[in-house]
Amino acid sequence: MNDAPAASSVNYLNANYGIRSWLLTTDHKRIGLLYLAVITFTFLIGGSAAVLMRLHLVEPQGALVEPDTYNKLFSTHGIVMVFFFLVPSIPATLGNFLIPIMIGARDVAFPRLNLMSWYIFVAGCTLGMIAILSGGVDTGWTFYPPYSSLYAHTPVVTMAMGIFVAGFSSILTGLNFVVTIHKMRAPGMTWFRLPLFIWALYATSLIFILGTPVIAVTVLLLGLERLFHVGIFDPAVGGDPLLFQHLFWFYSHPAVYIMILPSMGVISELITAFSRKKVFGYSMIAFSSLAIAIISFIVWGHHMFVTGQSVYAGLVFSVLSFMVAIPSAIKVFNWTATLYKGSISYQAPMLYALGFIGLFTMGGLTGLFLASLATDVHLNGTYFVVAHFHYIMVGGALMGYLGGIHFWWPKITGRMYPDLWARLAAAIVFVGFNLTFFPQFVLGYLGMPRRYAVYPAEFQVLNVMSSAGASVLAVGYVIPLVYLIWSMRYGPEAGRNPWGAKGLEWTTPSPPPTENFETPPIVTEDAYEYPVAAESTYPNAPGVARV
Amino acid sequence: MMGLSQTGLKAVAALCAMIPFQPPSASTISEGIDQLYYLLTGITLFFTVLIFSIIFYFMVKYRRRSETQVPPETHTSMVLELSWTIIPSLICVVLFVWASALYVRNSRPPAASTEIFVIGKQWMWHLQHPEGPREINELHVPVGVPVKVTLTSQDVIHDFYIPAFRVKKDALPGRYTMLWFQPTEAGTYHLFCAQYCGTSHSNMIGWVYVMSPSDYAAWLAGGEKTESMAQQGARLFSQFGCGSCHGEEAAGHGPSLAGIYGKPQKLASGETRVVDEAVIRQAILTPDSVKLPGYQPTMPTYQGQVDEEQVLQLIAYVKSLGSPERTNGQ
Repeated sequence: MNDAPAASSVNYLNANYGIRSWLLTTDHKRIGLLYLAVITFTFLIGGSAAVLMRLHLVEPQGALVEPDTYNKLFSTHGIVMVFFFLVPSIPATLGNFLIPIMIGARDVAFPRLNLMSWYIFVAGCTLGMIAILSGGVDTGWTFYPPYSSLYAHTPVVTMAMGIFVAGFSSILTGLNFVVTIHKMRAPGMTWFRLPLFIWALYATSLIFILGTPVIAVTVLLLGLERLFHVGIFDPAVGGDPLLFQHLFWFYSHPAVYIMILPSMGVISELITAFSRKKVFGYSMIAFSSLAIAIISFIVWGHHMFVTGQSVYAGLVFSVLSFMVAIPSAIKVFNWTATLYKGSISYQAPMLYALGFIGLFTMGGLTGLFLASLATDVHLNGTYFVVAHFHYIMVGGALMGYLGGIHFWWPKITGRMYPDLWARLAAAIVFVGFNLTFFPQFVLGYLGMPRRYAVYPAEFQVLNVMSSAGASVLAVGYVIPLVYLIWSMRYGPEAGRNPWGAKGLEWTTPSPPPTENFETPPIVTEDAYEYPVAAESTYPNAPGVARV
Repeated sequence: MMGLSQTGLKAVAALCAMIPFQPPSASTISEGIDQLYYLLTGITLFFTVLIFSIIFYFMVKYRRRSETQVPPETHTSMVLELSWTIIPSLICVVLFVWASALYVRNSRPPAASTEIFVIGKQWMWHLQHPEGPREINELHVPVGVPVKVTLTSQDVIHDFYIPAFRVKKDALPGRYTMLWFQPTEAGTYHLFCAQYCGTSHSNMIGWVYVMSPSDYAAWLAGGEKTESMAQQGARLFSQFGCGSCHGEEAAGHGPSLAGIYGKPQKLASGETRVVDEAVIRQAILTPDSVKLPGYQPTMPTYQGQVDEEQVLQLIAYVKSLGSPERTNGQ
C-alpha cells in the first residue's frame, strides 16, 4: 500500500481549519463542497413543497391547503428546483470539484472569480428565500405575464431578482469552465482524450454563457412592467403577452439541457467505470453533446403550439424539436453498447446510471408526443407534460447527480459509504419515481390540467397512486442523506481508486491534496483505456473487496 | 391460499376498473389524434422494452465474475452508429409528417361553421352565441355541426380546453385566437382552463352540453328572448355615434363599413390586410394602427369605453353589414 496513511496525510480538507478557511477558500474542491451544502438545503425546500402538494392532491377537493397556498407550493417547488437546485447541481458541485482534476490542472482558471460566483449564488438564493418567507410567489416557475406583472399579489419582483442574481453565478461559472478547459489541460491531454464528463460540461458552459443573459433581461423587463407599469408584456398597457414566452423559453428550453447534459456526462463516466470498458462511440457522444447545446437554442417555440402562434412557425419548431431527439437517442444507444462484453459490476453508482438510461429513454420518447403538433394540442398544459419533464429532470438529471455523488464520494471525502444501503436507496428511488410519475402520463391523456388545486373526482385513483409514489421517493432521498453524512466520520477509508476506474482523478490520493496531484500529471493515453494497471487500484470498495 | 390470491386478484381487478385509461372521444378530430397517440405509445413501448431488455441481458451475461477479469476490446462500429442515427431519424420524419398534416387539417375550420365567442376572465368563461344567448361556464352546441370558437381574454392568459374534443387554445388579452370542433356524440363534457391564471384557476371549469339538433333548437328558443349579437352591436353603433362618420349618409369622414368585412384593404402604411375580426378590433381600440389612405386620422380610440364583449358585438354588427359578394346584404 503505497499511500497507506491517506487520511492522516495533508489533503484539501485538513490543510487548514475553521470557518474562515472555508468561506475565503479559492480551492475549487472546497468551493464545490460549499455549493453542495447550499443546494442540499435548496433541494430540501423544493422537495418539501412537492411532498405537501402531493399530500394535498390525495383528495379531489384538496386535502390540506387553500388554493392560494397550493399555487404558492407548486411555484416554490418549480422555482427552487429549477433555478436554485438543478441548474447549479452537477456543474457547480461535481463540475467544480472534478474539472481541474480530470484535466490535470491545479485549479480552475479564475479561482477568486469562482469563489465570487458562489457568493453571488448565495445572494440569489437568499433573495429567493426572502420571497418565500414573505409569503411566497404564486406565478408558477414560468412567470407568465400579464398575471405575474400586473395581477399577482405576491413578492414577484423579489423572487425574480433572486433568479436574476443567481444567473450571474451561472454565467461566471460557465466562463470559468470554458477558459479552464481551453487553457489548463495537462501536457498530453488533447481534446479527444478528455473524459466525456468534460465534453458535457463544456457544452453546458456554452449554454450558461449564451442563454443566461436572456433570462436575466427577461426578468428585468418583467420587473419594469410590474414596478413602473412600462408596457412590455400586458396589452392593457401596450405590451405583447407572447413576447415574454418567446424570451422565457429561449433561455428555459436550453436550460433543460443545462440540467440534463451534465448528467449525461456523469453517466458516460459511470457506465465505462463499472463495465471496465472503453466507451462505445466516444466522438459520437462528445459531438452529440455539442449538437444538443446548439439545437436546444432553436426549439423554444414548441412550448407555444397552442398560443395562437402561426401554423408555419409551429411546423418549423416541431421539426427542430424532432431533430434534438436524435443526438439524445445516439447517446442512449452508445451507452447500452458500451456494456457489451464488459466486466459489469453493480455497486450503487451503476444502479443509478442504469436507472438513468431507462428513465431518460422514457422521458425522451414521451417528448415525441409533445414535439408532434397534433398530439401536443391535446397534451399541452396537462399532467402529461409534468410527467414528461420529470422523467427528464428527476429520472434523468437528478439520477445522474445522485449517481455522480455516490461515484465520487470516496474521492471527495476519502471515505466509503455502506454499499448495501446505497443500493437499497437507488432501488427505492427508482420504484418511487415510477409510481409517482407514470400515473401522471395517464392523467394528462385523460385531460387533467396541471396546476389544479382541486380536480374532478374521476382523476382521484391516479392521483392517490402518484402521491403514494411521492412518499416512497421521499424515503429514497432521505436514506442517502443519512448514510453519506454518517460515512464522513465512520466510513472505511476508500483509497485512491476504490472502483478500479480510469481517469486522472483516480490516480491522486483520496481526498486529494490541495494542489490536486503529488506531481503534475502527463497524459499518454486516451480516456477509458481499461484495464487499470493492477498496482494502482485499491479494490477495498464494498462488493469488490470480497473477491 | 387459493382464496387469498383470488381475493387479491379481484381487488387488483376492481382497482384497475376504477382507473380510467381513455378520455371520452366526441369530436371529428379526436379519433385521428388518438391514432397518432397510440402509434407514439407503441414506439415508446417498443424502444423502452428494447433498451431495458438489452441492458438486463448484458447485465446478466457480462457480469463481473472475477476482479482480475479483463474485458475484450470492442471497436466502435460505423454501421451501428449510422443505423441508430438513421433509423430514429426516419421514424421522426414519419411522425413529423403525420402529426403536421393532421395539425394543419385540424387548424382550418370548415366554411359552414357556426360561431361562438368566448371571453375568459378571472375566473370564469363568458360565452355568447351569435343569436344572442349568453352563457357562463356552460356551452350548449348541437351535435354534428362544426363550431368555430373565437377566444379572447379580459385580463390574464387563459386556455380553453375540451379534452373530449382534443382541442385547446390560449385565450389571450388584446387579441383573438380561434379553434373549432365538430361534436360527434351527444353528452356532457369537461371544459377546463389549461393555462394557470391565479387563485381559482382550478375552478375556472365548466361543461359542454352536446345536444341533438332538435334539443338544441328547443334550448335556443327556450331561454329569455335576447337580441342577436349583431343587433346588440347595432345599438352600440348608434349609441357611440359611429354612424356620423361611417354611416350611409355620412359626409365621408370615415370609410363606409358596408361590405368591408373579409375584403383586402390597403392601409395608409402601404400594407394590405384582409379585414377580419382582429382588424376591426384594432380600428375600434387603436384606430391609428390601421389608418386608411384618403381619410383624415380623426377617429378617437374607444379603449376603456367598450369592453371585450361590446367589441365582439360591434364586430358582429360590422360583419352583418355584408360580405363583399353581397354588399349591403342587410
